[in-house]
Order: sequence, then C-alpha cells, then structure tokens
Amino acid sequence: MASQINKGIGTLSKFIIRRDRIRIPLWLVGISFFTFIVPISFTELYGSQEQRDTLAQTMENPAMTAMLGPADLSNYTIGVMTAHEMLLFTAMAVGLMSILLVTRHTRGDEENGRIEMIRSLRIGRLSYLNATLLVYSLTNILLALIVGFGLYGFQIESMDLEGSLLYGVTLGTTGLFFAGVTAFFGQLSESSRGTIGLSIGFLLVAYIVRAVGDVGNEALSWISPFGWITKTQIYDENNWWPMALMLVVSMILFIVANYLNSNRDLEAGLLPSKPGRNSASVFLQSTIGLSFRLQRTAILSWAIGMFVLGVTYGSILGDIDSFFEGNDVLEQLFGSEEGNSVTTQFVSMIIMVMAILATVSPVMTVNKLYGEEKKGRIEHILGRAVSRTRLMGSFLVISIINGFVMISLAAIGLWLAGVSTMEEPYQFGTIYGWGIIYYPAMLVMISVAVLLIGIRPKITSINWMYIVYSFFVLYMGGLFQLPEWLSKLTPFGHIPQIQLEDMTWLPILILVTIAIALTMVGFIGYNRRDIGR
Amino acid sequence: MSVLQVSELTKRFGKFTALNGINLEVREGEVFGFIGPNGAGKSTTIRILLGILKATAGEAKIFGKDAWADAVEIHKRISYVPGDVNLWPNLTGGEVIDLFVKLRGGNNTNRREELIKRFDLDPSKKCRTYSKGNRQKVALVAAFSSDADLYILDEPTSGLDPLMEQVFQQCVMEQKQSGKSILLSSHILSEVEKLCDRVGIIRQGKIIETGTLSELRHLTRINLLVKTKEQITDLHVLKGIHEIDEREGVLSFQVDTEELDVVMKHISQFGVVKLESTPPTLEDLFMRHYEGKAGAGGRS
Repeated sequence: MASQINKGIGTLSKFIIRRDRIRIPLWLVGISFFTFIVPISFTELYGSQEQRDTLAQTMENPAMTAMLGPADLSNYTIGVMTAHEMLLFTAMAVGLMSILLVTRHTRGDEENGRIEMIRSLRIGRLSYLNATLLVYSLTNILLALIVGFGLYGFQIESMDLEGSLLYGVTLGTTGLFFAGVTAFFGQLSESSRGTIGLSIGFLLVAYIVRAVGDVGNEALSWISPFGWITKTQIYDENNWWPMALMLVVSMILFIVANYLNSNRDLEAGLLPSKPGRNSASVFLQSTIGLSFRLQRTAILSWAIGMFVLGVTYGSILGDIDSFFEGNDVLEQLFGSEEGNSVTTQFVSMIIMVMAILATVSPVMTVNKLYGEEKKGRIEHILGRAVSRTRLMGSFLVISIINGFVMISLAAIGLWLAGVSTMEEPYQFGTIYGWGIIYYPAMLVMISVAVLLIGIRPKITSINWMYIVYSFFVLYMGGLFQLPEWLSKLTPFGHIPQIQLEDMTWLPILILVTIAIALTMVGFIGYNRRDIGR
Repeated sequence: MSVLQVSELTKRFGKFTALNGINLEVREGEVFGFIGPNGAGKSTTIRILLGILKATAGEAKIFGKDAWADAVEIHKRISYVPGDVNLWPNLTGGEVIDLFVKLRGGNNTNRREELIKRFDLDPSKKCRTYSKGNRQKVALVAAFSSDADLYILDEPTSGLDPLMEQVFQQCVMEQKQSGKSILLSSHILSEVEKLCDRVGIIRQGKIIETGTLSELRHLTRINLLVKTKEQITDLHVLKGIHEIDEREGVLSFQVDTEELDVVMKHISQFGVVKLESTPPTLEDLFMRHYEGKAGAGGRS
C-alpha cells in the first residue's frame, strides 16, 4: 500500500530536478556566495581585535539585538561576528528559497492543472508531494555541505570545522523546516498565492516574535524557529541541539502535510474559499478604485508592517541613553555633535531606514501599472472611455497617498512606543516632522518609477536597485567607510538632518521639482508609446 | 456612411512589419468579418483601432475621428472584446462586468442580468476559477450590456461551446437589427459566413481580398458531384477543373465559376444520372488564396 501511494517518486524527483536545473543552482550559488564574502570582507575591514571590539560595543543595544539576535559580544571574533550579523538574514533567505520552490511544485502545479495530468498516470497519490520534499531536502543537505566545508575552507582563524559545519547545518535545517511549513500551508490554501502569503507571513511573524523575545521575554523566543537559530551560538558554544529540535519539527510538518494531502480532493483547500460579490461596489467602479482594490491586501500588510517596525524601534528608545552612557567609544561614534543626545542620533538613523523601507510599497503601486500591462489586462481599461493620463494618474494618486501613509504610520508607531518607554519623550510633532521630511525623497523614487514605465518599462527593476543602493549606502556606509559623495547619488542623502542641523528648504524644493519633472516626462512617454506585451 | 475607415495603415515593430498598408471600411449597420490565420495582423489592426498601439503610417478613423488622438471620445461609443481575455484573479466576474460597464460610461443593469442568464455565467465566482470560455463570457456580457454604436470583437468565440456560440450569434444579430455596426475578427469560418455582410481577408499584414461573400465567390470554385451513364472522358483537358476524384462511379471535382458553362456542356454529353453542386464555403475561398502564393500552406 505504502509503495503504491508513493509510486513513481524517483521519476518525478528527476523530473523536478530537470525543471529546476537552473533555479536550484542559482539559489545555492547566491546564498553561498553571500555567506562566503562576508567573513572574507570582515577580515579585511575588522582585522584587529580592537576594531572588532569597537564594533561589538555598537552592537550592544536592544535595537541590534532585536535585528540580529543575541551574541557573546565579549568574544567578538571574526567567526562570532559573521554568525551574529549574517546567520539570521541568510536563514531567512534560505527559508524564502524553500517557500518559493516548494510552492511552485505543490500548489503552483496543482493550481495550473499539471498535477491532474500527472495523477492520471501510474503515479501514487502522494508521490508528487514527496518527490518535491525529497528534492528540496537534498537541495538543503547540499547547501549545508557547501556552506559548512566552504566556510572551513577559507581557513580563517576562529572559524573551526565544527562551527562551520554547524553554520551549514543550521542553514540547511532552516531550509528543510520551511519546506515543511510550505508543504503544510499548501494543503490549507487553494492557491499558490495564498500558500506563499501564508508561508512568508509565518516567516515574518517568527522573525518578529524572536526579536521581541530576544529583547525582553526569553520565553517568547523559544516559540520561534528563528529563536532556535540564534541559540546555536556558532563559533562560540556551538550548540547542536536546537537544530536537532528543528529537524524533528520539520519531519512532523512533512508527516502532517502528507496526512492532509492524502485526505483532501485535488485542487481543494482545507481553508474554505468564500463566494464573491455578485456585483461591484460603488467604490470599485473607477480606475482609482480598481488600482486600490488590486493592491488592497499588499498595501494593508505593508502598512501594518511599517507600524510594527516603528513600534519595535520605539520600544527600545528608553534604553538607549543608559546603554551609551559612560561609553566613550560609542559617544564618539554616535554623539559627536554637541547638544544632541545619542538617542537623537539613533532615532535619526532609524527614521532614515524607515523612510527607505516606506518607499517600497508606493513604488510597487506604480509598478503594478506595468504588471497589469504585461498580463494583458490594460487593454480592457484603455479599450473603454479611459485616457492613459487618467489611468496612470490613478495609480500615481494611490502611490502618493500610499507613501504618505507608510512613513506616517512608521513615525506614529515610533512615537507611540517611545512615549511609553522614555522618561522625557519626544513631542509628537518632533518625531513626525523628522519622518515626514523624507517624503520629498520618497516622491522622487515614485517619480522614477513613473518615468521608467512611461519611457522604458522593460527596465523598471532598475528602480529597485536604486532603492537597495540608497539603503546600502546610507545605512551600511558608515560600517564599510564609504566616501561621502556616494550618498549624494540618492535623494535620501539630500534630506536635511533637521534633528542635527537647521532646516534648509532649498534641497526639498529641488527634490520636489525633480519629482514633478520626472513624473511629467513619464506621463508624456506613457501617452506616446505602444501598450502591449 | 462608413463608421470605420482604415487607409494605408502600416505598423512596424522594430524591423518587423506587422501591417503593410492595409485598407478597410466598415459601413453603418453592417457586420464586417475580418479573417485571416494567426499572426496575420488581425489583433494588431484592432489594437491600433483602439488607440493602444500607434500606427507607423497611414490612417485609422472611427466615427470620423482619429483612433489614436481621439481614443477616449471614440471609446464612449464602442464596445470591445479582446481575443485573449485576461482578468484579475481576485475579482469576481460580476465585479469585472460592472467595472467595465462603468468605465465605458452608462449602465444598463437589466440587460446585464438578462445577458448573464443567457450566457449561463456565475458572476459571484472569482476570475481565477474561470475557464477560458467563462472569461470570454465575462467580456461578452460586459460588451453587450453597453449600448454601443460599434462593436469590435476579436475572435470572441474561440473558447465557447457550440451552445454559447449560438447565444453569441443571436446577440450579434440583435445588435445588427437595431442598426449597430460590428467588426468581427475570426477564423471560425462558418461563424463569419453566418453573420457577416462583407469580409476582408488579411494575410501577412496585407489585405488580400475584400467584398461581400457573393462578390468573393466569383473568384472561387464550385464543388460538383456527378454520376453519368457513360464514362466521362477528356475531363482533365478542360480549363478550370481541379481535384478530380472518382469513387464508386461517382465523380467529384471543382470547377472555376467562369468555366462552369463549358464544363456543363461537356458532361451533359455522357448522360447525367445524378448531379449535386455545393457552393464554395468560405474555407475553400480561404484555402484558395493560400494555394500557389508565396509561402503557401498557411492553414491556421
């Protein structure tokens, strides 16, 4: 019976490998490359223990613990540093790999009717699910081996064989775990979109739960798989048991997914899908209504995310001063300007990061216009009495409001949590002003998206690179000691730091002018070019 | 009175010429069939007519206005169904219909309910669950709910079952009877034959023939099925005879219309027992155009 139900698993596994022969190597190479490049660059940048200790001191605050997890900062070797700063993020990337690839072969194939064809052949009922899990288990084992032996292979002092292997195993086990999570959600949801949404939602919640737990409530981080990851303390204590725990949970998830899969109809989900509306609400019956409706869920999720981000950072504001007090090194690093507390320095950095993140959602809104075009749905709209200007304008309006809401929510969250934790909290107007002053830079980013869609829609992804560049240069610039002019290449680098210096209106004026000009060129281009696929 | 006028329309995508100086005219109150194989340029022409693509050269006018510059004005009076209906997976069919009707301006709820019933569509389902045929129904209901002067339909029945195809044909005939004009692109030839007053045939970006069906038939051949008392001789010597085939004493062949008289005189000598003639289908007409011309074999 058991052999019947998994019949053809070998052939299907080969078939899946054949279909993913580009994807799998790409992910493996990408993840290992970023894992390897970090310790190598750290040995160059932070060669001496003194330099590392300085960095360790900047890490000694709740914000960093929330972001990266705990580490033994008194023993900040290259190895500990690598594990501390990279392991969680890399694990999230591995989780993402598993989510996307497993969804593709479970719900994705099922939704598109491909599993139906496969099931009609001499193939067991659970073969496709288990072939998928088998292939991605092998992929993650391979990842563990590559990363484990690879890290050891660089022969960096403080990165021994045991630690390196544990590093690899941690990444691999995380991959297995999220393969299990995805296989599980793939049984609940009826669509691949839903599966990816639930799985990524789980990943983000797990990360946030760990962050809250690591800062305040130890018990809480025990719930989160990312809590287990930080408990490995690689290159320091080298704890293997959290990974054993994770492996056991992954196996349980595999079994549960199998059980659910064998007990449901093909193309059915365990979560019921509700019937929709018979007719459109008044709200939907315009292009603005449509452009909002299409992105409602995404915008709402981002809004919640931005608010939570603000609250997360706000909740640690009260501790910052006591952390930095009497610490000469840190005061030098952060509080060099007279009359400004370290907290203010810290807040100004946080707000800039939040502003860049708040740009992602509005840019996605504008890019949606091109996404719709590629999917062949724009001709329905333009084939009716709707001008191109009105169509693009609808997406732009939603985007501009979207950006305003995002940065506002982040600032409000920061202020709300700050009020409750600080002895002398900031005025609402102060924090909100520091946030909203980035709005013109966000408008420039939105206008770049409009420009690209108007004249060169095929290269809209350039805007994402620009945003990543902005983040990298402004946030990491200090860490990697990058020259000043690099930060002047992004609009965010031109916003006056009003918490540190007097307000100057000229850069704001110039940014707004640039935004208007780029938007206009974008509209002209969109009115002139062919629409199509 | 012409509703739609296309003259010397040319469209190039980079080096590729999709349309090479085509001419078309749809007159008021007629159903115009626009036929051709896949990739011939039907959808490109229609997209230019809708102002979605910009013509490289030539003119496309609807209601006497420029299809590109006055697109919005024109669209208030037309209804369009694309060949490939892609809809938003997270909206229901009913929502999409309402949105489309609203974006065009004007609303006609009664007609909407009636059409939903006739096309047997469940409007409360999300579009992601619709089959191709059902997505097409959504577009058709939206198109016919609107009160348009010109309907532009791009292969609108390619996913419909025969029953629904009939409903569609009824809808077209109703519109025609109330004086509306229709541009119907298709490669379902029986449909075009049934519905269209005039047809234009496009191939490789060129209009190769335009006219009423009867005008075009003079170009083509009549199919004959003949049984005679005596064996017919010397048939292949005559001009305009094609595809001779004999089965159980019954001879079948095609005759060029202009040679019919001569042929009939010839075969009547042998004592006709049985004679069947069938008019050429549009398919024959269609195929004929591809025979002997450059790159023949373009049966789609």
